[in-house]
Order: sequence, then C-alpha cells, then structure tokens
Amino acid sequence: MEFLVVIVVLVVLAVFVIGIYNGLVGRRNRVDEALAQIEVQLKRRHDLIPNLVNAVKGYMGFEQKVLTDVTQARANAVSAGAQGVAAQAQAENMLTSTLRSLFAVVENYPDLKANQNVLELQESLTTTENQISFSRQHYNATVLDYNNGIQTIPNLVFAGMFGFTKRDFFDAEPEAANVPNVDLSLS
Amino acid sequence: MAATFYAQQSANRRNSVILALAVVVLLGILGFAIGYALTGDPVGAVGTTIVALVVGFLMSIGSYFAGDKLVLAASGAKPVDETSAPQLMNVVREMTIAANVPMPKVYLIDDTAPNAFATGRDPKHASVAITTGLLEKLDREELQGVIGHELAHVRNLDIRFTLLVGVMVGSVALLADFFLRFTFWGGGRRSRDRDSGGGGLQAVLFVVAIVLAVVAPIAARLVQLAVSRQREYLADASSVELTRNPAGLERALAKIATDKEVLEVANRATQHLYFTNPIKKFEERSNSMFATHPAIVDRINRLRALTGERPLDAADVAALADVT
Repeated sequence: MEFLVVIVVLVVLAVFVIGIYNGLVGRRNRVDEALAQIEVQLKRRHDLIPNLVNAVKGYMGFEQKVLTDVTQARANAVSAGAQGVAAQAQAENMLTSTLRSLFAVVENYPDLKANQNVLELQESLTTTENQISFSRQHYNATVLDYNNGIQTIPNLVFAGMFGFTKRDFFDAEPEAANVPNVDLSLS
Repeated sequence: MAATFYAQQSANRRNSVILALAVVVLLGILGFAIGYALTGDPVGAVGTTIVALVVGFLMSIGSYFAGDKLVLAASGAKPVDETSAPQLMNVVREMTIAANVPMPKVYLIDDTAPNAFATGRDPKHASVAITTGLLEKLDREELQGVIGHELAHVRNLDIRFTLLVGVMVGSVALLADFFLRFTFWGGGRRSRDRDSGGGGLQAVLFVVAIVLAVVAPIAARLVQLAVSRQREYLADASSVELTRNPAGLERALAKIATDKEVLEVANRATQHLYFTNPIKKFEERSNSMFATHPAIVDRINRLRALTGERPLDAADVAALADVT
C-alpha cells in the first residue's frame, strides 16, 4: 500500500516536471524562431546596402563621409552578428541611423530622387527596416514570455537544472521606446 | 493588450455562432408564420418552415466558404503581386509581421474614391482590397495605418463575423421581400377562398407575419450596425498598436473624410466591410442609429484621446488632410 502511494506521488511529480520542461522548451523555440525571422531581414538589409551605396556613389561627390559611415556601420553590424543579441542590436541601431542620414542627403539631389533604381532600393530598405522593427517587437514579446517562464516559481527551480538561461532583448532605438501607451480596453 | 484581441477573437467566434443560430431561428419563425398565414394550418406551415431553415443553413455555409470571393467579385477587385504593386505588398507584409498573421491575398479596386476592406473566414483565408484612389492619395505612413486597421479586422476575426452578417442579413431581407410580394399576389386570393374556416385566426397571423417581415430585416440590420461601429474603433486602436504611429492613421482618416469621391462599387450589402462608409450622404456624417461607421472626426478624436492629444474639430481635420 505504502509502496503504491510512493509510486503515484512519483508519477504525478514526473508528469508535473515534464509539463514544465515541455512548456519551457516551447517558449524557447518561439524565441529562437522570432530571432531567426529578424536575422533573415537583417541579412537582407546587409545585402541591399552595397547596391544602394553603388547607386548613389556617382552623384554624391561632396558627401562621401555619409557613404563611408554607412559602409562602416554595415561592416560592424555584419561582424556583430556573432557577438550575441545585445551587441548585434546596438550595431544594427547604429546602421539604421547612418542609413537615415544617407536618405536625408539623397533628398538634396533631385537627380537621385528621380532615379528609378535608387527609388526601388530606398523602398526595399524602408520595408526591410520596418519589418525589422516589427519583428523586433515580436521577438521581445517572446523573450519577455520566456524570461518570465524561467524566472517564476515553480519553473525557476527546474529552469536552472535543465539549463534554461535568460535571453537578451533586441533593444529598440531610444526614440522607438517613446511609444504611446495604447489602451485597447475602450468601449 | 494581447488579452484584448484574444477576447475580441473569442467574442467574434461566439457571436458568429450566435448570429448564425439566431438568423436560422428567425428564418424558421418567419417561414412558419408565412406558411401558417397562407395555408391556415400548422401542418401546412411545416413545408415553408423547412424551406426557410434550409435556405438559412445553406446561406450560412455558403457565406462562410465563398462569401469572400463573392464580395471581391462584386467589388470588381483584381489581385496584385510584388511586381504590379511593390510598395503596397511591402506595406502589407510589414503589417502582417506586426500583427503576426499570415500574408493575405491583396486586391486592387479600380476606383478613385479612397477606401479599403478586408474579408475572409479566418486569417489563413483572408483578403485585403484597397482602391487605386487610396494608393494614389495616401503616403506610405498613412497606407500603413489603413492596412494595419484592415489586418486588425483579420486578426480579431471581425472578417468572419462581418462576412456572415452581410450574407445573413441579406438573406432575411430577401425572404421578407419575397413574402411581402407573395402576400399581395397569391396570399390575398387564397385567404378569400377559405374565409369559411379559420379566417379570423388566419387574418391575425397574416398581420403577425407582415409585422415580422417588416421588423426582421430592420432588427437584423440594427444588430449589424451596433457591432460594426465598436469594431471600427477597436480596429483603429489596434492599427496604432501595430504601427506605433497614430499620426499616419489620423492623416489617412482626415484625407478620406475630406475626399468628395463616391465609391461606385459599394452597395448596401457591402458597405459595412469598408474602412470608411463608402456611401456618402448627409447622414453619413452623423452617428445615427443606421450608420455602419462612426463619424470620422470621432474616430480621429478617439485615437487622439489614446495618445492624450487635443481633440480636433471639422476645420482641423480639413487642415490635417492638406498637410502633405
């Protein structure tokens, strides 16, 4: 009889732990998937930038510095890919801001603004950048969910045991953090 | 915020089922009343009841699976892809990432009036249609706001509910219409033939049936309107939640509000689907009981309330539309 009780308790405990473990694995996979989505778009942006630089190089005689800044920032962003999410986010934000200044300069060149190739590249980069920022929101939401998952009781006890470690947010640029707090509970 | 749209999704699932059942029951009652009034005999009414129920059932199944194609065809929407409308496709793709829904099919309607709608039975079978006028008149940020609004309808499952509403309400109206004509030409003669037996009861039922026939479409329509306005406000708020750019949607609304063009392909059966009410009449600007959409100034001001900005009046809206 006592033996039976022990067995039942052990089985219940095992089911409980398996449930926690599977839940954490599911959350971690969502984080990885969301990060992979960002990587795809970052890669696309890295591929598009040399084309843009080549397309505008001939026109922008006096603003070579903007172009070298963009090229440099791109190189940094590519190499930061291997240094973890936090470093990567910082390098990509840098790249975003240099791209902004490049687009601002392009505005001063009527020839460039009328160039179909440049317009298409600009649209491609704009959409890629928007996709990056929306993917980042999604990624950060999955990270929040995962981190909450491994830091709350009772999961906390098992997370360390199974080697689940905290993940970094892909930090938004400072200005993007200044978002209105939208309350959808209206009506 | 996530909880809000899950709540909206389950509300829409539930409401879709309730609506389908309510309309089937309403059709059944209507069918019975018509049959009883015409034959003066409950057994005779069974036939018309069954016909009405079958019609209601087929209508709901048909609208669930094919309603979106019907609506798109009726609006003259043409599918587009990356080569024919690159920027539109880009904007839609961005917003699908933000809303975390699959890429919908995208359509263009060749009409200079700026407007848009989304339809389909679920996010996997969704379509977004916009007019060429919208594409020409709005800039990228404004387009994002409108697409965000439409994808919010997709994500919240508003598209399923409005699809069902459109076809169901249409079918009740159709049946009532049919009945009103039938009583004039056929029913009247029959009741004279039979005035020896059960005439009094039959006359009463006639009145009941006529009242039902008149009230049913109005009631069904009021349901449609009441829910439609709330979901427009919610979709606006969700759009801002997705784009993080209230100014874009506000400008889009202001531009559309001040636009004088009339969308020719819209009609009474499809008007509730659109981004803004496509049928522009004097009552369109008021929040009357019959409006499918809130007045645009109200929509802008609700958005501004979310971000704590000063509300606008009509003149400010006109100025906002001219900004770009």
